[in-house]
Amino acid sequence: MSAIYARRLNKNRIWLGLSVGAAAFGLFWLVLILGTLIWNGLAGLSVDVFTQMTPPPGGSGGLLNAIVGSLVMTVLAVAIGTPIGVLAGTYMAEYGRYAKLTFIVRFINDILLSAPSIIVGLFVYEIVVVPMGHFSGLAGALALAVIVIPVVVRTTEDMLLLVPNTMREAAAALGAPRFFLISRVIYRAAKAGIITGILLAIARISGETAPLLFTALNNQFWNVNLNAPTPSLPVVIFQFALSPYEDWQRLAWTGALIITVAVLSLSILARAVTVKGVER
Amino acid sequence: MAILTLEAAAFQERSTSLKRFIIKDAFFKNLTFAAALLVLSILFGVFLSLIIGSVPAFTAFGLDFLTTQSWNPVTEKFGALAPVYGTVVTSLIAMGIAVPVGIGIAIFITELCPAFLRKPIAIAIELLAGIPSIIYGIWGLFVFAPFLQQHIQPAIIGAFSGVPFLNDIFAGPPYGIGVFTAGLILAIMVIPFISSISRDVFETTPSVLKESTYALGCTTWEVIWNVVLPYSRAGVLGGVMLGLGRALGETMAVTFVIGNAHKIAASVLAPGTTISATIANEFTEAVGDIYTSALIALGLILFVITFIVLAAARYMLARMEVKTR
Repeated sequence: MSAIYARRLNKNRIWLGLSVGAAAFGLFWLVLILGTLIWNGLAGLSVDVFTQMTPPPGGSGGLLNAIVGSLVMTVLAVAIGTPIGVLAGTYMAEYGRYAKLTFIVRFINDILLSAPSIIVGLFVYEIVVVPMGHFSGLAGALALAVIVIPVVVRTTEDMLLLVPNTMREAAAALGAPRFFLISRVIYRAAKAGIITGILLAIARISGETAPLLFTALNNQFWNVNLNAPTPSLPVVIFQFALSPYEDWQRLAWTGALIITVAVLSLSILARAVTVKGVER
Repeated sequence: MAILTLEAAAFQERSTSLKRFIIKDAFFKNLTFAAALLVLSILFGVFLSLIIGSVPAFTAFGLDFLTTQSWNPVTEKFGALAPVYGTVVTSLIAMGIAVPVGIGIAIFITELCPAFLRKPIAIAIELLAGIPSIIYGIWGLFVFAPFLQQHIQPAIIGAFSGVPFLNDIFAGPPYGIGVFTAGLILAIMVIPFISSISRDVFETTPSVLKESTYALGCTTWEVIWNVVLPYSRAGVLGGVMLGLGRALGETMAVTFVIGNAHKIAASVLAPGTTISATIANEFTEAVGDIYTSALIALGLILFVITFIVLAAARYMLARMEVKTR
């Protein structure tokens, strides 16, 4: 009898030990990656990074044009993607909550949410770059917008569904028409959640490289003309890291650090916004 | 008489504002409806544009495109076998590591971890998922691959050199970059996906079930193995499929470390390529319609595979949600 107990307890110990090991394994990589990133990124960090253009090999310079290009395309992508995403989410949660279309859209949206981003790049290349005849920042922004939309749709729908029905009934009882009810009552109640979705979408696209490779391409120079190839931080990192020049590689590490800090602070901010929204 | 006109005017005003409301409401409703349709049309647009783009390649090579290995831009002979093979093998390596580790982490967080550590560890693991893939790429190229080349791969090659079959799979020389390295980095990237979904579904196990199993005298592992895991099977499988979807389509991290060689090598330590890495590397340099079209056809293959995997994942997760409601 006690032999069986001992065996069961041992088995318990071994498996639980393995799962502790798994957690340690996961955390180990996080610490290692962030550690080397900070170590290598800080080495090249200086004011020049934020004030100079990307240098030719061997020259000195910064990442200013890439940072600005990334910012411009991100803002444009969010400006395009957010209204579409919020409206689609509104349809799914409000007007068509039990419609068949909603089920289909939810399913398709979930697939778009995790579809390979390089496919989005190919798609935008086919529908924007080929007809226009050249690469452009606009195409890059559209590709990023295609990635923004499913994130915003998903969070908007989830957040609107969390709004209690009594609020809808109260507003309807006062005679508020549906669009009035949605824009003045529901959106306000779900504001924190919708903002979280937008922040998550920004975090998601600020590190995206693959969809920009053959839509926005790249540019060595200062450029805010969205009709021309536009540099972006991730693509510059990609190009510089794979180059044989050491100063380019150093800039790539610094750029990687900037992106990671931006992405991680955005996702922490998004978390803080949700917590506040829930507590309210 | 005056009162009557006033009433008529009020009625008039009321009916115009009502009409305005009705028009606005219809407009807003149709706007949201159009947005929902747009989401649908994006997916169909992606499919359609990839199919149209890949027509030249499929008319030139037929179904041989799927089964030939040659990839020669000079003679314009293209086949998808090497990238498809690389995609499948790297994903298999990644899932082989990430599934047990991811589920292990979820078990640790839900069943073992002291309450005050639970939140920080869960967030830390999820931060791993938030790191952009290009960061994994640059880290893999400059830190991880050289480390593997100097320390791990020689040991592996040495250890399996006398073993038949395995000595072909782990044959030298140690390049550092290659299929194996790409698989390992994908594993690190996929772990947080699997663990966060597994954690969510583990937490849906009713406490009553677990408590009654404990009351029968079961150990923690027996409760996990006999109650928690069977209860959340569909959800865990959904999480695994979702992770697989990411591993299959992941581009930048793989592009950095796989070596971009269009050949199928017996050894997993040799350089190879994946669908997404091939597209990322060659698309802007592709000259000629057939070359571009062959790359788009690769994209179509990737999209079809990931679509099936992700659809299965969502189906599993939807089943789980129904059960928990």
